[in-house]
Amino acid sequence: MSGVKQIIAVTWLNLRTVPQRLGSSAVAVIGIAGVVVVLVAVLSVAEGFVASMRDAGSPSRAIIMRSGADAEMTSGLSGPETDVIKQAPGILRDGRNLAASAELFVIIDLPKRSTGTSANVPLRGIEPSALLVRDNASIAEGRMLQFGTNEAVVGRSASRQFGGLQLGSQVKSGQITWTIVGIFEADGSVAETEIWCDARTLQGAYRRGNSYQSVLARLDTPSSFDAFKDWLTANPQINVSVRRETDYYAAQSATLARLIRSIGFGIAALMAIGAVFGAILTMYTAVATRAREIATLRALGFNAPAVLVSVLTESMALAAFGGLIGGAIAYAGFNGYQTATMNFQTFSQVAFAFRVTPALLILGLVWSLAMGLIGGLLPAVRAARLPIATALREL
Amino acid sequence: MKYLPLLWKNLWRRKVRTTFTLASIFIAFVLFGFLMTIRAAFSVGVELAGLDRLIIIHKVSLIQPLPSSYEARIAAVPGVETVANNSWFGGIYQDPSNFFAQIALEPTPYFKMYPEYRLAPEQMQAWLADRQGAVAGRALANRFGWKLGDRIPIQATIFRPKSGNGDTWEFNLVGIYDGDKGVDTTNFFFRYDYLDENRAQGEGLVGWYVVKIDDPSKSVDMAAKFDDMFTNSSAETKTTTEKGFVDGFAKQIGDIGTIMVAILVAVLFTILLVVGNTMAQSVRERTSELAVLKTLGFPDGLILALVLGESVFIALLGGSFGLLLAWLFVQQGDPTGGLLPAFILPGRDLLTGVWLMLALGLLAGAIPAAQAMRLKITDALRRN
Repeated sequence: MSGVKQIIAVTWLNLRTVPQRLGSSAVAVIGIAGVVVVLVAVLSVAEGFVASMRDAGSPSRAIIMRSGADAEMTSGLSGPETDVIKQAPGILRDGRNLAASAELFVIIDLPKRSTGTSANVPLRGIEPSALLVRDNASIAEGRMLQFGTNEAVVGRSASRQFGGLQLGSQVKSGQITWTIVGIFEADGSVAETEIWCDARTLQGAYRRGNSYQSVLARLDTPSSFDAFKDWLTANPQINVSVRRETDYYAAQSATLARLIRSIGFGIAALMAIGAVFGAILTMYTAVATRAREIATLRALGFNAPAVLVSVLTESMALAAFGGLIGGAIAYAGFNGYQTATMNFQTFSQVAFAFRVTPALLILGLVWSLAMGLIGGLLPAVRAARLPIATALREL
Repeated sequence: MKYLPLLWKNLWRRKVRTTFTLASIFIAFVLFGFLMTIRAAFSVGVELAGLDRLIIIHKVSLIQPLPSSYEARIAAVPGVETVANNSWFGGIYQDPSNFFAQIALEPTPYFKMYPEYRLAPEQMQAWLADRQGAVAGRALANRFGWKLGDRIPIQATIFRPKSGNGDTWEFNLVGIYDGDKGVDTTNFFFRYDYLDENRAQGEGLVGWYVVKIDDPSKSVDMAAKFDDMFTNSSAETKTTTEKGFVDGFAKQIGDIGTIMVAILVAVLFTILLVVGNTMAQSVRERTSELAVLKTLGFPDGLILALVLGESVFIALLGGSFGLLLAWLFVQQGDPTGGLLPAFILPGRDLLTGVWLMLALGLLAGAIPAAQAMRLKITDALRRN
């Protein structure tokens, strides 16, 4: 028999005997599945967080803040400054409406549903052009707020995560009471965590005079950004920083995403070591219980490499099975799981959904195969080196 | 005790198997140590928070300032020992990623209120003499290699200075404060009068107040009293205990504790299977041997204890070394360079770890031990 045929024959024989060693095989499978669940689940948190930030940004939108400010919360622009900003070239026009909105970004204390403790919920004062600027946002229930009143609309995620934000409900904050008249959606992005109200009303409520924190502008094409930015930074009347919205949100998610990822990989790596030990034990057992069988095969003329490959294949097949189970559990248990956390850059809550992406599932499978390979290596060598005569003699 | 050698011998009849089982348990408890450390980093602040301290913030949200005139009114309330104001500065040191808390305050009342922050008296004197003086926590000073006398420039994000070069505020490091284990030494404190005189806007406003009351049992009544006092004023307040405040703040991040425990359950369940499987195998292999022991007159209870003892022994041996390694690692200090407010492995969690090892050993050994106990001598001897 040729080498390849031998390998296939022995491997097939091996795999068919797995059911006889169900108990110990299950240990390896479950161990590896556990690692994959933890790895994929933790990384899906980072993935979801990054996605909610990424989907919020558009390359054709620019955010203008006071120079030196790295988040809206710490920025400040006077009313006249925002008027200057709105004169910059490249801003989209829809008839007489200019796609630029001067906004305020503050936080409001509301109870978080999951814990019942108060949370910093972002409250944004907008101008009537806000929906023209944010072409990805739209009112899903109720209606848009009426400017000049203390009506407000809330994002879908905010309504889900925080108490008292249903359609028609009233939110009392300081001396003002907001009436929720609509719920808006924005592709599940970070904007959906916000409450929107009239910027002028908010200025009064938070004693901000005629001041804003940022201007969000939609450009006629993404490529007009450079000219737009140059005009603004060269203008001596104002001292601002201009960022593409995509860059702004990418920078905000970077720190937290990196932290979650390093924790996820760290924990999974340690767990993987444990799981590899479990796999080694399983495979040693498999080799030990089949010592006579393997020796018989060798005596019949099957060569050592065939035996080696067959043991490795068994180990990797078990691992792949574990990886698939782990991926399935992670997907079923965590994909789309809604949560909210604190974004320290904006000092406010960000609601997002865990995302178990195909890339993560593939990563999980790659990890499980690697664990199977490492776990099977030593036992495979042991099997290939089994001294035929003694093994046959053993009980 | 006299059976210990027998136990030891049984353990090492399959060296490879025992080694890998020990290694799995070892890893599991290293992880246990790390996860508990992460959990503690987010919860230790809550445990250390004083019950006799209340935090008064603006009712609308924490970012809204309160008038500094409130201080005198709060201090006049019977039962108030000390009042201190705090203001968040939110500046940037060199790069936005070098985040740490900068808080403007009045040195004397604040350090009186927080005896857990220890500052040498001569450094306090130097601070009171220097308006631009600032003190940093030990962990923060180590993170950036600051020494006493260093001039520290911090770029403002909220409060632009009236004078000086652009957005930059400069501070003289006049003191470094220490704290017991678990006390947050990653803060940067500077003088409120320097902030208030030199900022372009926001004069006469403070971020929040901390109030020390003489009787912790009255904290709820006192909180209500403060809030009533400022009802219908320009800035209404919300008063909570410091514990409630810190706890609520930690919960804004998410329920870290639950997540850590969930991961641990996954880890320990896996290890339980590995150890259980090992014990089952070793009992199976020793069937005839166990039968011989029984023939020699070993009672059933003793057989049960021997097998259980073996699995508990493995769990304790592997687990203790794992926990020891985690503990040693944590003693080296925070690898994130001060990102976490605390980096300790609480003694209580170490104890939990030992209990978990015992539980793991007993659970994993239970079925094989019961099988070994029920073994019929005749059947077992006949098996091969």
